[in-house]
Amino acid sequence: MANLDAVAVLTGFARALRAAGVAADRARVTTAVEALAELDPRNGEQLYWATRLTLCAEPDDLPAFDAVFGTWFGRRPPPLPRPAASAPQRRLAPVRGLTAEVAGDAADDEDDVLRTAAADAEILRHRDVAGLSAAERDEVHRMIALLAPRIAPRRSGRSTRARRGRVDVRRSVRQMLREGGEPGSLRYARRSERPRRLVLLLDVSGSMAPYADTMLRFAHAAVRVRPASTEVFTISTRLTRITRQLRLRNPERALQAAGAAVPDWSGGTRLGEALRAFLDLWGQRGTARQAVVVLASDGWERGDAGLLGEQMARLARLAHRVVWVNPHKGKDGFAPVTAGMLAALPHLDALVAGHSFEALRNVAEVIARA
Amino acid sequence: MPQTFAAPADVAVALDRAGYLADTGVATAAFLAMRMGRPLFLEGDPGVGKTSLAQALAVIAEAPLIRLQCYEGIDAGQALYDWDFRRQILHLRAAGDSSDPSQLEASLYERRFLVARPILQALEQSPAVLLIDEIDRADDEFEAFLLEVLDDNAVSIPELGTIRAQTPPLVVLTSNRTREVHDALKRRCLYHWLAHPDFAREVQIVVRHIPAAAERLIRDVAAVVGALRDADLLKPPGVAETIDWTRALDMLGADALTMDAALATIGAAIKYHEDQLRVTRDLLPDLIERLG
Repeated sequence: MANLDAVAVLTGFARALRAAGVAADRARVTTAVEALAELDPRNGEQLYWATRLTLCAEPDDLPAFDAVFGTWFGRRPPPLPRPAASAPQRRLAPVRGLTAEVAGDAADDEDDVLRTAAADAEILRHRDVAGLSAAERDEVHRMIALLAPRIAPRRSGRSTRARRGRVDVRRSVRQMLREGGEPGSLRYARRSERPRRLVLLLDVSGSMAPYADTMLRFAHAAVRVRPASTEVFTISTRLTRITRQLRLRNPERALQAAGAAVPDWSGGTRLGEALRAFLDLWGQRGTARQAVVVLASDGWERGDAGLLGEQMARLARLAHRVVWVNPHKGKDGFAPVTAGMLAALPHLDALVAGHSFEALRNVAEVIARA
Repeated sequence: MPQTFAAPADVAVALDRAGYLADTGVATAAFLAMRMGRPLFLEGDPGVGKTSLAQALAVIAEAPLIRLQCYEGIDAGQALYDWDFRRQILHLRAAGDSSDPSQLEASLYERRFLVARPILQALEQSPAVLLIDEIDRADDEFEAFLLEVLDDNAVSIPELGTIRAQTPPLVVLTSNRTREVHDALKRRCLYHWLAHPDFAREVQIVVRHIPAAAERLIRDVAAVVGALRDADLLKPPGVAETIDWTRALDMLGADALTMDAALATIGAAIKYHEDQLRVTRDLLPDLIERLG
């Protein structure tokens, strides 16, 4: 294969991979071309490994890579690479608008308009998001975007200079060296602080549909504040990591990307199994260790509640704090009686509401104090 | 490197001679890493042989293996170099007031007062194989710093000048995925996901490590471990566990896997209490019966 041909074929292949969600960017394609130059591209196995080693970035990429590789090189490459737009784009489940009360009638004088607007905002803060009109929801979403859920720091293994604390031998001696070997004043250090990891597990099953969009926006706000130390997963019938998608700055684009990544939107709920998947693949390895884990769900478990209880116990052993956000908790007459909720209750540090802006503000505070 | 390889198959043969049975993926990854001078980024379940691959690579490259274990808070002073301040002070004291001050100052920052940490060692002793183990444990500041060193294959020390590797070291990074390593770092590497070996290869690996063990025993253990990996355990046993378990059974004189022997030695393969309960009660009786 001439080099130019290789570049053309690989560029098309990489485009198909990107459409399938694999991190095959420009720099990686260049590396792939380099790698193929070292190998025999007519040998199918070497072609496979040269491209897989250079174009993939994580284990989640591998199934998609194998599928695209099969269609791309199994048959003759199609003359034109398919555009990414032809991939089915999943849309976000729309939030159900129940009774759309129009916020404030036309008032007579300006003073009244202002007063009603302020009162509206105040009322809006406490209203259940499931019952908001489209315009009101936009307003709440704007407010959530400003929420910036920030997490309390933890002490790290690194130390920084300080006025008092333990003696920093290295810096003290260095100072001494500077003064020609004369013992001088001592230097001190203390442990520095690092942001604690925040893990959000969002239930996006059918019963959570009215709140899923709002919770995702809350997650987006959290990722925007601390992109490096926040992880977001959706759970429904399976576990999907959407941290990467939520790192997009624009909330609408981030949510659209997240919606496209989640295959089981508004599906059934198997909390126990999804939680086990999270703990096996991520949590136990370190993602949940010393972290504040926030689980947003109504606790409707279709699967085995016993399994959920076991996995919650595991999570509680690993995490620093486990917070359950239940949108129904803010409603009158709420009692944690669903099987899932009952199984999880003994392992929670906090059970809080999440149905309105005010409730989410409270969630942010609970996280900050954790 | 003393030996240049013409194809991945040659690397596989050399790795085999070094005691590591490599499949095509590993051999191609190692071949490309050496030919292209790119770091090799290895991920995989604990115990699949990430570290032993680095050791075998050091053998075939006839180069020393220098290992840097990452941990939270690791910084340049622990990874790269540090000045030996205590010796500098002693030197200063010993010199006293007698000598010329500027000359004395220059002598304080000689190479002999520099403590080389793993990365600097790897640059100085080229060729070398540098294993940066569990990069996900270090924090992101360290990653940025590592990126810089890997790009230049050189370290500049303000008081001493730039130390550049004559031959860039072969770098192997491993990660357990406790957090996502920054893409800028990954992009410079060849990414390889190490999967558990299949039954036949696992048998070969164990034979290689414990040649004295009965063949029947090795096949039994490999079959049971293979089945346990699909059983949704908290910590599925890796190749390292297969070897340990077979060795334990072999020491007890077993030449096939029986229920009694398995119960006595299960701790060599399964390391979590919950898993042990499930394995011994629900899974093992059935699996051992199926061995025939």
